[in-house]
Amino acid sequence: MSTTCWSCQPRRPVKHMLEWIRQLGRGGFEFFEKLGRGNLFLLKTLVGMPAVLARPHLLIVQLLSVGVLSFLIIAVSGLFVGMVLALQGYNTLVDFGAEESLGVVVSLSIVRELGPVVTALLFAGRAGSALTAEIGLMKATEQLSGMEMMAVDPIHRVIAPRFLAGFLAMPLLAAIFSAVGIYGGFFVGVGLLGVDDGAFWSQMQDKVDLYEDVLNGVIKSLVFGFVCAWIAVFEGYDATPTSEGVSRATTRTVVHSALAVLGLDFVLTALMFGDN
Amino acid sequence: MADAKTKSDVLVSIRGLCFARGERMIFDGVDMDIPRGKVTTIMGPSGTGKTTLLRLIGGQLQPHAGSVQVDGLEVPRLGRSELYELRQRMGMLFQSGALLTDLNVFENVAFPLREHTDLPESMIRDLVLMKLQAVGLRGARALMPSELSGGMARRVALARAIALDPMMIMYDEPFTGQDPISMGALVQLIRLLNDALGLTSVIVSHDVKEAAAISDYVYLISEGKVMGHGTPEQLRGTDSEWVKQFMQGLPDGPVPFHYPAPPYVDDLLELPAAAPGEAHA
Repeated sequence: MSTTCWSCQPRRPVKHMLEWIRQLGRGGFEFFEKLGRGNLFLLKTLVGMPAVLARPHLLIVQLLSVGVLSFLIIAVSGLFVGMVLALQGYNTLVDFGAEESLGVVVSLSIVRELGPVVTALLFAGRAGSALTAEIGLMKATEQLSGMEMMAVDPIHRVIAPRFLAGFLAMPLLAAIFSAVGIYGGFFVGVGLLGVDDGAFWSQMQDKVDLYEDVLNGVIKSLVFGFVCAWIAVFEGYDATPTSEGVSRATTRTVVHSALAVLGLDFVLTALMFGDN
Repeated sequence: MADAKTKSDVLVSIRGLCFARGERMIFDGVDMDIPRGKVTTIMGPSGTGKTTLLRLIGGQLQPHAGSVQVDGLEVPRLGRSELYELRQRMGMLFQSGALLTDLNVFENVAFPLREHTDLPESMIRDLVLMKLQAVGLRGARALMPSELSGGMARRVALARAIALDPMMIMYDEPFTGQDPISMGALVQLIRLLNDALGLTSVIVSHDVKEAAAISDYVYLISEGKVMGHGTPEQLRGTDSEWVKQFMQGLPDGPVPFHYPAPPYVDDLLELPAAAPGEAHA
């Protein structure tokens, strides 16, 4: 033992640790670099908003593809979520003889939480991924470069209308989700489980507050719309212009949007309802 | 290089251009003059940064050193609005055509007119039909880009590039992947449009025969440097071994056929176990 020369031994663990720290640092730099790029991109997009408002047909086309074409999946999901909530809620409430509060339970859950959150998650999967793929492929096929060389700013012409459409479509879709969800709950609670029709609606009217509940839900969906649309257009614009790069960017859009929505939902809920 | 030329004869003047991607030097002190009203071709092996050069001229990339002047304007120093003004006087034909896939042929050609002019619809229609007639695709105006062949897409892109009557057009590998008929049509179109519209054309290509056939002047670039320049005839009669190898498409010469490797015999005599990936076999 005493003859072992430690300084001559290959210091593999040290080397590995240094490499690990180096990678961590590189990852950190890349993260902040991308965050910076994303913020600059957002700034440029917001600067391009007047150009979109001056040509509303660009926005209308995008509202159709981002909003109207997402309608069906949002409505169907809302219906099922409302129906499941009514079933679950009824089973719990009936033990306390409070099944007439079913309308309140369903509507508050949907308007405050599930409406904005599930809509945002579905939106990221359906419209966000489509936006990223479309913009990424436009980049890969040199359409964005082509526009730049025709002296047309792709951020004004392509990005800004898509971003604004996503931002505007989200609260509308969330409202549809909530309305359909409440009807789903009504259908199961009143239609199938026999809850009193009048009690279902009147308790809901009494307990759901326009500002406290509905408006806070709308604020949530506006924030989610902003974030999801930003992530989707940025990932598309920032994608490596190859088929693999676009596919990765599309995945990132869905994953990052979902994480951002769930994280922000906690923060917003804490801010809105934390002191109750 | 082009010292004899007066300033007004030269539309694009590049001096001491340096550009690197990461560690790799793409251009290392390139000097180039692109004469006004002529067809100039920039040739070189694949991966020598020919397309990068077009992007530097168009201001899509910033050089690390040197000067790129177009019509007397220093492109890297232009502000955004000045750069966009200059780009309205430049057309660029991308290798893929870069047509907007959600618009049909007519709308693609009308795109720059709608973006940059307030012309009435009837005039836009006339202009678009004139440009499409020039490239022989007036009858294809209702087709979508996905319904076009590669050659047709490039001709539509050409019609779009001349929509605003630019002073110059840059062609990025216009002949790559074309069948002989499309190739012939493009070769003829580039020359005819250049002469009829008084354009300046810059072609980036490695198709020596086609490019040399319509070029007034040729620059050969490789490894970040200009290896030779002159009219196609001058280059054919050159003494430079590299230029000869490139112009005649010889497989071996200053650019070796073999990638650098240890001597063949030494490599073959190595034990199989020493070869990577074979140790476990």
